[in-house]
Amino acid sequence: MEILTANNINKSYAEHVALKNVSISIPKQSIFGLLGPNGAGKTTLIRIITQIIDHDSGEILINGEKLSPKHIGNIGYLPEERGLYKKMRVGEQLLYFAQLKGLTRKAAKDKIKHWFKKFDITDWWGKKVEDLSKGMQQKIQFIVTVLHEPELVILDEPFSGFDPINANIIKDEILELKENGSTIIFSTHRMESVEELCDDIALLHKSQKILDGPKKQIKEDFRSNTFIVQHLQDLTQLSSDFELLSKEVIEEDHFVSTIKLQNGKTPNDLIKNLIKEVEIYSFTEKIPSINDIFITKVKAGGHE
Amino acid sequence: MNKILLIIRREYLTRVRKKSFIIMTLLAPVFMGTIWVVPIWLAVQGDTEQKVIEVVDESGLFKDKFRNKKNLTFNFINNNINEAKEGLKNNDHFGILYVPKLDLDDPKGITFFSWSNPSVSLESTLENAIKDQIEDIKLRESGIDKAMLERLKTFVDIQTINLGEDGEKESNSGVATVVGIFSAIILYFFLFFYGAQVMRSVMEEKTSRIVEVIVSSVKPFQLMMGKIIGVAGVGLTQFLLWIILTLVVGVSVLSFFNYDMSMMQNPEQVQEIMAQLPDSEKGKIQAIDKAMHNIKTIPIAKIFFSFIFYFLGGYFIYAALFAMIGSAIDHESDSQQFMFPLILPLIISISISGAIIQEPNSSLAFWLSMIPLTSPVVMMIRLPFDIPAWELFLSMFLLVTFFLLATWVAGRVYRVGILMHGSKVNYRTLARWFFMRN
Repeated sequence: MEILTANNINKSYAEHVALKNVSISIPKQSIFGLLGPNGAGKTTLIRIITQIIDHDSGEILINGEKLSPKHIGNIGYLPEERGLYKKMRVGEQLLYFAQLKGLTRKAAKDKIKHWFKKFDITDWWGKKVEDLSKGMQQKIQFIVTVLHEPELVILDEPFSGFDPINANIIKDEILELKENGSTIIFSTHRMESVEELCDDIALLHKSQKILDGPKKQIKEDFRSNTFIVQHLQDLTQLSSDFELLSKEVIEEDHFVSTIKLQNGKTPNDLIKNLIKEVEIYSFTEKIPSINDIFITKVKAGGHE
Repeated sequence: MNKILLIIRREYLTRVRKKSFIIMTLLAPVFMGTIWVVPIWLAVQGDTEQKVIEVVDESGLFKDKFRNKKNLTFNFINNNINEAKEGLKNNDHFGILYVPKLDLDDPKGITFFSWSNPSVSLESTLENAIKDQIEDIKLRESGIDKAMLERLKTFVDIQTINLGEDGEKESNSGVATVVGIFSAIILYFFLFFYGAQVMRSVMEEKTSRIVEVIVSSVKPFQLMMGKIIGVAGVGLTQFLLWIILTLVVGVSVLSFFNYDMSMMQNPEQVQEIMAQLPDSEKGKIQAIDKAMHNIKTIPIAKIFFSFIFYFLGGYFIYAALFAMIGSAIDHESDSQQFMFPLILPLIISISISGAIIQEPNSSLAFWLSMIPLTSPVVMMIRLPFDIPAWELFLSMFLLVTFFLLATWVAGRVYRVGILMHGSKVNYRTLARWFFMRN
């Protein structure tokens, strides 16, 4: 079951096309990575989903229904560049945003108290935002985003500005949100967090979607039959069925070689071949990182 | 709660709770009250010290002719001037008035000796006392009766009447001028101050990206209108508090000085009091009485409600346009090019207020009070001069029409502008945003 389906979304501004026939579908209770270089159209897509702007054509469905103002309460959005009212007190600020999302004052109060306890910040209610550190403000903003318990949480670069400890807290919160049934859209450049958290990804480039699917599947598709071998003794001879991509010396006669299979050979064939030449210490497949895939695809200019 | 109400509530409460708002609201009436009180206080309280003036009268003309005043006692002594000067060292009398033998047509040599400088008012009191006495003597010598002279003095005051279609009305340009200028200046200040507040607030939300969170919950137009209405509430609150506080300060000041308001409502009592007063005081009381009377001829209620109307109408127009500017720019320094044409009409209307007061019904005054960007200030100047009703209604109608137009235009630019960062903004950009689809 998909919580969000976007079909052939187009959006253009006066001078340029921001989104061109973009379709994505996001399964319920998953973490979806929306990737792409700057200016690829990520923010535009997010703004369309959060109903900040309209799309020119195409349709967006939330739980199978056409996106409409009644879904505002179902969506939580954390913009990339954060901002809160500096002169306002933390408690009032949270109450204000929660009520804008449609919570009653009382429900909002209860929920805020719950989060204050969770983050161990119960004495922050009366503090002015300008008196908090940047990291503390980020925490408040995170609470603003999820306070109304939205089904769909959209986080734009959620980890920027957090120190490692707080970033970990937020990461755990994201995982917990998913556990509790929410779906998270996650827009970022940080590939290690994509690798770690995302179930599915979509890659936008030059206003178009150039890649999407489950993360596992994509990585599978990008396997290149390349293996990393640590071995004793230099590798001097290799049959033409295998291509030696690189070779590094670690210690005197201790080497790491990257080898690509060719002509339909299997890993076992490679091992058989190597055993004759060297003593194998370790043997692993080189699986492409999302980062590699990202760079490969973007450099290719989006042409499959 | 309705979301726009939430926004209005926040905009209103955060501002009203600010220290700067509270201080300004409290201090302005105190300041105005002080301007009012200090001169009165000085006049009444200035000379509490009892002063004794010794008079050495060699002419013999003034003996016992000086009337003692509240703080002033005249003490005629028979010593010669040198003895009196010696004596002044030992007693604590204020000074010596020395009158030598006088030629009444050219009184010279009258001297006042004292340790400390006499105040200007004391000097003039002494001068008047001597002058009156010399004049009396001269009158007697030339055989003119003093009562006859009093009858010759005439107090002239022209009553001005407006011939209107609904009957004749008393008018007074003096009080009308003050009321007109005063309300125009307050209006000018409010439009400027609160308009700029809206602009800064929009800019704060834009640059801090709060706006992205908010417009994912409400429509940009709702946010803009909520802010404008909330700030309008702050302005009205301040205005009403000023009126109330000024009244409170004023009434307490008046009662402190025993100025009985009811006196003015009872002409017989006034006559009675007037009869007891010396002639010099009569003119003053009549002037005050006339001013009080003239205030009554000014259409206070009409001015008050028109003020509220023009305040809100003018404010909504300016605030919408200011909000548009705030949504377009990233830094306050970029605001200049847009601010100038916007505040120019305001500055023009305040700076030609003098010309409008001189000719409240000139065609310049008429047109400026019709054009919506100048009409709030200019109409407030003209209003106390009792302009025809159709002009007022036409001006109000134009104001409302332009308000709707301005809000529509500003709203369209605003909804795009708040999400745009880093682009260089000029009038063409604004036009492009205006025509942009959502």
